[in-house]
Amino acid sequence: MTKIHVTTTINGEPEEFLCDPNETMLDALRNRLGLTGAKEGCATGDCGACSITLDGTLVCACLMLAAESDGHEITTIEGMAEGENLHPLQTKFLESAALQCGICTPGFLIAAKALLDENPDPTETEVRFWLAGNLCRCTGYDKIIRAVMDTAAEMREAAQ
Amino acid sequence: MTNIQYLAPATLDEAVRAFAAAEGAARILAGGTDLLVQMQSGFAKPGMIVDVKKIPELMAIEETAGGGFIVGAAVSGATLERHPTFGKIWPGALEALNLIGSTQVQGRASFGGNLCNGSPAADSVPGLVAAGATVTIQGPNGRRELAVEDVPAGPGKTNLAPGEIAVSFTFPAHPAHSGDAYLRMIPRTEMDIAVVGCGVFLTMDGETCTAARVALGAVAPTVRRVPDAEAALIGSHLDDAALETAAAACRAACNPIDDKRGTIAYRTSVAGVLLKRTVAIAAERAAQA
Amino acid sequence: MNEISNKWIGERTIRPDGIDKVTGRAAFAADTSMPGMIWGKVLRSPHAHAVIKSIDTSKAEALPGVKAVVTAADIVDFPVDTPVPLGIQDMRWMCRNVLAREKALWHGHAIAGVAATSEAIAEEACALIEVEYEVLPHAIEIDDALAKDAPILHDFITFDGKPSNIAGTLEHTKGDVEAGFAEADLVIERDFTTRPVHQGYIEPHACLVSTAADGKMTIWSSSQGQFMVRAMTALLTGIPQSNIRAIPAEIGGGFGGKTIIYLEPMAAILSKKSGRPVKMVMTREEVMRASGPTSGSKSTVKIGVRKDGKITAAEGIYWLQAGGLPGSPIRGAVGCALAPYDIPNGRTLGYDVVSNRSKVAAYRAPGAPIGAFGVECVLDEIADKLGMDPLDLRLKNAAKEGTKAVHGPTFPLMGYVESLEAAKAHAHYNAPLGPNQGRGVASGFWFNAGGESSAQVNITEDGNVVVTTGHPDIGGSRAGIANICAELLGIDYRRISVLIGDTATIGFSNLTGGSRVLFASSIVVTESTKKIIATLCELAAKIWDIDPEAVIWEDGEARPAGANAGQFPPLTLEELAARANESGGPIGAGTQLNTTGAEGGFGTHICDVEIDPELGIARVIRYTVLQDVGRAVHPSYVEGQMQGGAAQAIGWALNEEYLYDKNGKVDNPGFLDYRMPVASDLPMLDTHIIEIPNPKHPQGVRGVGEVPLVPGPAAVRNAIHNALGIYFDDLPISPPRILAALEGQKAAAE
Ligand SMILES: Cc1cc2nc3c(=O)[nH]c(=O)nc-3n(C[C@H](O)[C@H](O)[C@H](O)COP(=O)(O)OP(=O)(O)OC[C@H]3O[C@@H](n4cnc5c(N)ncnc54)[C@H](O)[C@@H]3O)c2cc1C
Ligand code: FES
Ligand code: FES
Repeated sequence: MTKIHVTTTINGEPEEFLCDPNETMLDALRNRLGLTGAKEGCATGDCGACSITLDGTLVCACLMLAAESDGHEITTIEGMAEGENLHPLQTKFLESAALQCGICTPGFLIAAKALLDENPDPTETEVRFWLAGNLCRCTGYDKIIRAVMDTAAEMREAAQ
Repeated sequence: MTNIQYLAPATLDEAVRAFAAAEGAARILAGGTDLLVQMQSGFAKPGMIVDVKKIPELMAIEETAGGGFIVGAAVSGATLERHPTFGKIWPGALEALNLIGSTQVQGRASFGGNLCNGSPAADSVPGLVAAGATVTIQGPNGRRELAVEDVPAGPGKTNLAPGEIAVSFTFPAHPAHSGDAYLRMIPRTEMDIAVVGCGVFLTMDGETCTAARVALGAVAPTVRRVPDAEAALIGSHLDDAALETAAAACRAACNPIDDKRGTIAYRTSVAGVLLKRTVAIAAERAAQA
Repeated sequence: MNEISNKWIGERTIRPDGIDKVTGRAAFAADTSMPGMIWGKVLRSPHAHAVIKSIDTSKAEALPGVKAVVTAADIVDFPVDTPVPLGIQDMRWMCRNVLAREKALWHGHAIAGVAATSEAIAEEACALIEVEYEVLPHAIEIDDALAKDAPILHDFITFDGKPSNIAGTLEHTKGDVEAGFAEADLVIERDFTTRPVHQGYIEPHACLVSTAADGKMTIWSSSQGQFMVRAMTALLTGIPQSNIRAIPAEIGGGFGGKTIIYLEPMAAILSKKSGRPVKMVMTREEVMRASGPTSGSKSTVKIGVRKDGKITAAEGIYWLQAGGLPGSPIRGAVGCALAPYDIPNGRTLGYDVVSNRSKVAAYRAPGAPIGAFGVECVLDEIADKLGMDPLDLRLKNAAKEGTKAVHGPTFPLMGYVESLEAAKAHAHYNAPLGPNQGRGVASGFWFNAGGESSAQVNITEDGNVVVTTGHPDIGGSRAGIANICAELLGIDYRRISVLIGDTATIGFSNLTGGSRVLFASSIVVTESTKKIIATLCELAAKIWDIDPEAVIWEDGEARPAGANAGQFPPLTLEELAARANESGGPIGAGTQLNTTGAEGGFGTHICDVEIDPELGIARVIRYTVLQDVGRAVHPSYVEGQMQGGAAQAIGWALNEEYLYDKNGKVDNPGFLDYRMPVASDLPMLDTHIIEIPNPKHPQGVRGVGEVPLVPGPAAVRNAIHNALGIYFDDLPISPPRILAALEGQKAAAE
């Protein structure tokens, strides 16, 4: 199959790669670019484990063609921490045991960050509905929701 | 192995030309939230994918006189949500689009994709029908406009001719004292396909309803308008008797199937309940508009 | 154990594997790759029940890019008449589960595998394999499988001397049930059904297998036991265990569903044949069609009580779907159903029923939620009819230390009564309810388990600690181990690395399952750490030239035991590690044990629901899990188990179920239509940890993870009854069912 040349930005770095025309962004990230932080739980948009942002908007990497990233900016879980400095959400997830097996964690972190970027003071209901596309089978969501709310509160405080 | 082509033309003409030339082997790609799922399952095996998101007309949102809008067919729910006025004037249509899937899916899903995918349960379609929206279509034989309710032709089928692309949706001017609303029933709170969906648009003159449009989703092979329900509402004070008549009309309009998502009896009963609840929201909005 | 200072046990420390998991670096099975790697795909049966007459793979093999093909002919056969048990499985069934042999037994049963240079080519090749089937009628539901003219799945299975789909039974009895019912003032009997449900782990099964030219094989896979992977792969491929190294990748959830294997033997053979590393990853659809969910069931439960609520007799008869091959969790159903109660006359009986759906695998307290469902529902009705508080009814009959359970054992010290009392006193139980709301309670039991575990604890040259155990960590067990080791050594937990060894680097350790991991691994880690402390004390004694008995270990250092021992400045772990060669050399200790002393666990749940009576929707609005956990070594992960189990229970009760089309194909093989709870479906899930330390465990640990699923479905059902006055005996209690029942209630009233 004739491959497509894609020029894009991933986690702030310019990136070029070749992909099949029908290849998903998730496959390109995982199999071509070595970015296996986005997980495949379903490949049909139902679990959110593959969450990334595309020009700042939260999307499923499994529902996007790799070719579509040409000229756009992608962020993945690998770009969330700045070097050694974890994002406050990452720290809070660790402190509050908001993960058990951890397969859903990258997706939840990316989705939660997208929420807080847009709405620094969400209600519990808003957090739950925003994250409804991220499935977690281990935690019952309790500690995840609390971690997001607590992070939001701390970030608001820090911003003052 | 068969070769697949991916095109992302910058103009509508180019897109129409490529789409028509591929003679059915091509698929339009808007948000991809239906198309990629179908490709993943092997249900769709397009020889060519025409990505329409680089075409300005399909990505534009334009406010026209009197609260009317022209919304590009490939505009995502997330983008429309961020628009400063659309959601204030057409909250029901926006709700309908942004009940689709999850935040992630809403980051991509479009009115155009939802309509052209042809699902009887498509959430935004009853919202569009209730709003009285029309869709502008361009194909090898030029441009035409259809009422949204005239597009669906059956599960997975539309009345778009081969090679035609949905370009934009036109929302009419928004009369004073009008409001729209959309509600759906799903077993979970999110991430479900509608078991029943109901879109309502009302115009009120004081206590009296002067205009109404009612559309139901997931209860028949296509999204359908319910003229009998509209007739019951128009001229009424939205009193219990009128609502019950309209609800009965909605139940009567149901021609659903028993499937994994709901039984016939259940869908029929719920259609009436949703009608009443949706009317209540639309009426409240009309009172405030 | 209570004399330990408890500086670290009970602390909410940061888990050792945490950073990798929040940064995307943790390597799950599908994240691994190798140079020269190729991809494997599986051809699956398009029929629910069919004889496989022939398989022709020649066209697939001829496709450019295809490197190897595997069918059942490549798998070691285990004849059906000779049992070969391996853990909870039997290799007779495992060999047929991994690749269909004589027959395809369910829609989606693996028929052949192909390895090719890309996934797409492997898929294309699968489609080129020609299989001749003789399609047979199929039976999926229990009633269909038990019907007179039911298609018989296996001609070697007989029951009552006739060919049958009943593959086995298990019965427990105590006392005289008939006499007990005769003494009762009130007897309630009901029939129940539960639908098959899937564990729903988010990570699909995946593995990467590499076979070297010398026959040595390395397997990276996502499982609940690398030793199970090694043993089963060895048995199914004929490769000696010493030639297989099974490396446990991080595992993205299992809940029992990864206590068996599907892909590894296929990938092993494909890798051996092609000489290339082979990666196989199931799609979600394959997971739903072909991996093992738990059984659907039907049951009849009958309980008799005296006017004061004292149970005189109880009986539960259960039929559980095993799937296409024998082995449903009847032990859990019949063993746990009546366990929370002190019952003078009791009987439980379970039937293992084969039918044309994927072979079941363990799911969190396998069988126990099915057993508990009917019993807890009938108790709810009894409480109602007697006008008794449902918790008081349970308290009146609660099993205690010394109670002889219907399933056999006499209970030791345990905290079931405490869970009921805590529930009664809980603010949740005493909060007012609004309109259309209802509250339900239910209790549950799980056996818990010990078994084989190995641990190696090594002191590094710079005086830090590396602990290696043999159990995949699904829910944070490494964090618990770090707490225990830190406590014993008296050092900061951050100085301890906890790793999961592979089959070549740590001794045999049984599965992660049955709520046994922290119980068993903390025993061997404690044992090893104690040996190390003894070594450290000996070393200090040697340095000080005093008697080893005169040295004690305290706060991370060796100290003279008292004034009589002499005056020496303490020696820290760092100092001793640096001077290790002055005595025996490198400091480390391993322990391998078949651990015992796991005692059962009990819990009680309180659930509030709110009903939308027009739409028939029930939503859980408040939920509290109360459970005796023995000792909460790391409370956050204990709570996490309680919350996760409750969430699964709510899904099971309200929405989750397998649906089949008329061809026996799963009709909802994805997360959109297999409706597990999403974040917006649930409230916060409150937990109340009760700690009645297990006297047979060094830290007092009981198992935690299984119990929280057991009472849940009944708690939800009882809450719905409380709200509506309607008994729902069939799960899930989905909106169409609720609405139909409400309409029936209305019609009856009119
Ligand atoms: C997890 C998940 C949940 C979902 N939940 C819902 C839900 O709750 N409600 C609901 O209604 N839908 C749901 N969907 C389906 C889907 O998201 C919607 O139908 C969405 O609106 C499709 O829009 P899109 O832009 O992504 O379409 P695409 O996938 O890009 O296109 C859909 C179809 O329409 C065609 N098409 C697209 N644009 C045009 C055009 N401009 N002209 C002509 N043809 C065109 C495509 O070729 C394709 O056949 C869900 C999907 C997923 C993955
Ligand atoms: S893998 Fe993309 S949503 Fe599940
Ligand atoms: S932590 Fe396992 S799925 Fe979320």
